[in-house]
Amino acid sequence: MISDRPRVGVVKLASCDGCQLTLLDLEDQLLPIVGRFDLIEFPEATSLRSAGPYDVLLVEGAVSTPEQAEEIVQLRARSRLLVSIGACATAGGIQALRNWTDEPDWRATVYPEAEWIESLATATPVSEHVSVDAELRGCPIAPGQLLELLTALRIGRRPQLPAESVCLACKRRGNECVLVARGIPCLGPVTVAGCGALCPTFGRGCYACFGPREEANVSALHDWLAADRSTEEVDRLFAGFTAWSPPFREPAARAVAVAETHHPRKDEPDA
Amino acid sequence: MHEVEAAPEAVTEVGDVTRFAVKQLTRVEGEGRLDLAVRDGVVTQAHLEIFEAPRYFERIVVGRTPDEVIDIVARICGICPVAYQMSAVHAFEDLFGVAVDPQIRALRRLFYCGEWIESHALHVYLLHAPDFLGYPSAIELAADHGPVVERGLRLKKVGNDLVSLLGGRPIHPVSVRVGGFSRAPRRAELEPMRARLADALLEARETVRWVAGLEPPPYDRVPRLVSLVHPTEYPMNDGRIRSSDGIDVAPSAWTEAFEEQQVPWSNALQARARDGVPYLLGPTARVVLGGSTLHPEAAAALAETGLGDELQTNVFRSIVARGVELVHAIAEAIDIIDAYRRPSEPKVAWEARPGVAAWATEAPRGLLFHRYEVNEAGLVSRAQIVPPTSQNQRAIEHDLATFAPSVLELPHEEATHRLEQLIRSYDPCISCATHFLELKVDEG
Repeated sequence: MISDRPRVGVVKLASCDGCQLTLLDLEDQLLPIVGRFDLIEFPEATSLRSAGPYDVLLVEGAVSTPEQAEEIVQLRARSRLLVSIGACATAGGIQALRNWTDEPDWRATVYPEAEWIESLATATPVSEHVSVDAELRGCPIAPGQLLELLTALRIGRRPQLPAESVCLACKRRGNECVLVARGIPCLGPVTVAGCGALCPTFGRGCYACFGPREEANVSALHDWLAADRSTEEVDRLFAGFTAWSPPFREPAARAVAVAETHHPRKDEPDA
Repeated sequence: MHEVEAAPEAVTEVGDVTRFAVKQLTRVEGEGRLDLAVRDGVVTQAHLEIFEAPRYFERIVVGRTPDEVIDIVARICGICPVAYQMSAVHAFEDLFGVAVDPQIRALRRLFYCGEWIESHALHVYLLHAPDFLGYPSAIELAADHGPVVERGLRLKKVGNDLVSLLGGRPIHPVSVRVGGFSRAPRRAELEPMRARLADALLEARETVRWVAGLEPPPYDRVPRLVSLVHPTEYPMNDGRIRSSDGIDVAPSAWTEAFEEQQVPWSNALQARARDGVPYLLGPTARVVLGGSTLHPEAAAALAETGLGDELQTNVFRSIVARGVELVHAIAEAIDIIDAYRRPSEPKVAWEARPGVAAWATEAPRGLLFHRYEVNEAGLVSRAQIVPPTSQNQRAIEHDLATFAPSVLELPHEEATHRLEQLIRSYDPCISCATHFLELKVDEG
C-alpha cells in the first residue's frame, strides 16, 4: 500500500508522446485523478518539476541513447514502483526495427553529419535495462487500462489486465472474422487483447500493436497465412510496433533483411 | 534530462555574458531546451536545442508498402498522427492517380477537423493558457478556474471522439488506407456527434472571447507566413503552398521553394526557404493567408476580437488564431456531417506505380511535407518527412533573438519564463522534429 496521495512521475524516452498523452485524454477523469495523485513530474503537462523520489513512475518510450540507458537506472533507483507504458517501453516500439540493421548506416541516411548524433545501435524495452513492476501494452496504451492501473495503485491491489487474444474481444464485439470471411491477414490470434479489437471492427486485420499474448503460436499462424501469400508478405506483418517481442523476432528479422534490400545504394541518384 | 531545476537557472555570469537557460522545456510535446546568451545587451546566441532521441523514420519506412507507411508515420507524433497519415495518403494517391469518392474526401476533412479540435484544445487550455494567467499547469489553473479548464477538456474530448468515430481511437487511428478508409461510418453514427459539435461550437466561440482577453507580452514583428491556400476551402489537405510574399508552388513541390540544409553551427538539418528568409507556419499563417475561406462562424469570431491585425505581428497572439481555428474546425465538421451520404464502398481499388509521391497537408502546427520514392515492387525506397516544427525552428530562434532585448530588464526568472512562453506560442512538436537535432543559431 502506498501513501495516501501517491507521488507520481510521468517521463519519456524515445517515443511519440502518445502514451503519456493518453493520461491527458482521460478528459472526464483527469481532474479527479490529479486530486487523488500528486503529479510531481510530468514535463509535457506541467512546469512544476521534481526529480523524485516517486511512489509510481510511468515510463514511456524505448531506451535508445547512451544518456537514456544511464537515466533509466537512475529513475529506477528513485521509484518505488516503475510501470512501463506502451509498445516502445514494453517492446522497443517501431524504432526497434533498427536492432537488426547496421545502425550507423541508418543514421547516415537521415543525418548528413552522422557523427554528431548520440544514439545506441538498438532501441530496447525498459525491462531489458531495469526491473519493471507492471507493464501496459499498446501503441498507444488503452485509456481503460491506464485508468485500471491508476485505480489499482490507489487502492493497493494488482491491476486486472487481459491475457486473452484479440480474437476473443473481436467475437464479443460480434465482428465477422476478417481472416476467415474476407481473407484479410490478421494477427488477432497471436495478439493480446486490450484495444477492443479495433482493426477488425474497422474492416482490416490486427497489426499486433499490443504485442504477443502468452503462448502465442506464431509459427502456426505464419504457416497458415503463408499458404495464400508470399512468405515476405507474411513476415512483414510481424515487423511492426512490437517486432522486438521475442515471439515475433524470427519473421520480423527476415522482413527487415528484405526491406534493407529496397534501400538504394549510396551512389544511386535521387529519383 | 529528468534532472530537474526547481526554478529557471540562476543568472550565470561568464565574463559579461548573461545566459538564459531552461534545461527542459515544459508543456511542449517532446524534449528540447532553451539556451540564450546576451553580451552587452545584444543577443549573441539563441538556441532551441532538441535532445529528443532520434528514431530514423525515413529509414524505417524503406521496403514497406504504402498502407504500412501510413500506419508507421503516425507514430512520429502522438498528438498529430492524423496529419502524418493525411500527408502520406495524399502523396501516394497523387502518384498512383487514385480518385477517391467525394464523400471520402469530405470524411478525410472531418477526420482532420477532429485532430485540429483535439490538438488546439490541448494547446490552448492545458499547455498555453497557464502562461498568460501565471500558473505552472492546467492543474493549478483548474483549482482556481475549474469551469474554464472543464470547458477545454470537453472541447478536447469532442475532437478525440470525432477521430475515434472515424478511426477507432484518438491516438494512432487505424482506418486510413490508400483509396479511402477501411470503413466508412453510417450516417446515423454521426448524428450524436453532430449534436455534441453544436454545443462545442458555442464553447469554441466562448474560447475565442476568453483567449482574446489574455494579455500578451508586447511584441511587434512581421514574419513571412506560409500555408496551403485553396480557392474555396480552408487550408487543410489541398491547395497550393503559398507565402505572404509571393512563394506559390504545388503541394507536391515543396522542394522547389524550400530545402533542407546543414549549417556549420548546427548539429542537424534545418528546413528553410531557398532565399534564406525564416517563415512561420501554423494557425496564424492559415488564418491570415486562408482568411477568405474561414467558415462564417470563425470569421465572425475573429472579427469580434478586433485582433486580426495584431495576431500577425505578435506571435503570443497565436492562441487567438488557434481559438479561431477551433471554431472553424467545429463548424466545418458540422457542415460535413450534414452533407454526408455513406459511399457505396469505403475505398477504391488502386495499383502502385513507381515514381515520386509527394504532398503537403496542414498539421495543427502547420505545413507537413512528405516525399516518398516508390520502386517497381510498389515499396518505398527513400523518404523525406519535413514536419512543421523543423520549419518553424528558424522563425522561433529569430523571434527569440528579436524578443529577448525587451525582457532583459525583468528579473531573470521572469525573463526566462517569457522566453519559454515565446517558444510555447509556436506549439512546438519536438517528437516530430527529431531528425533536426540541436539546431543552433548564433546571431552574434
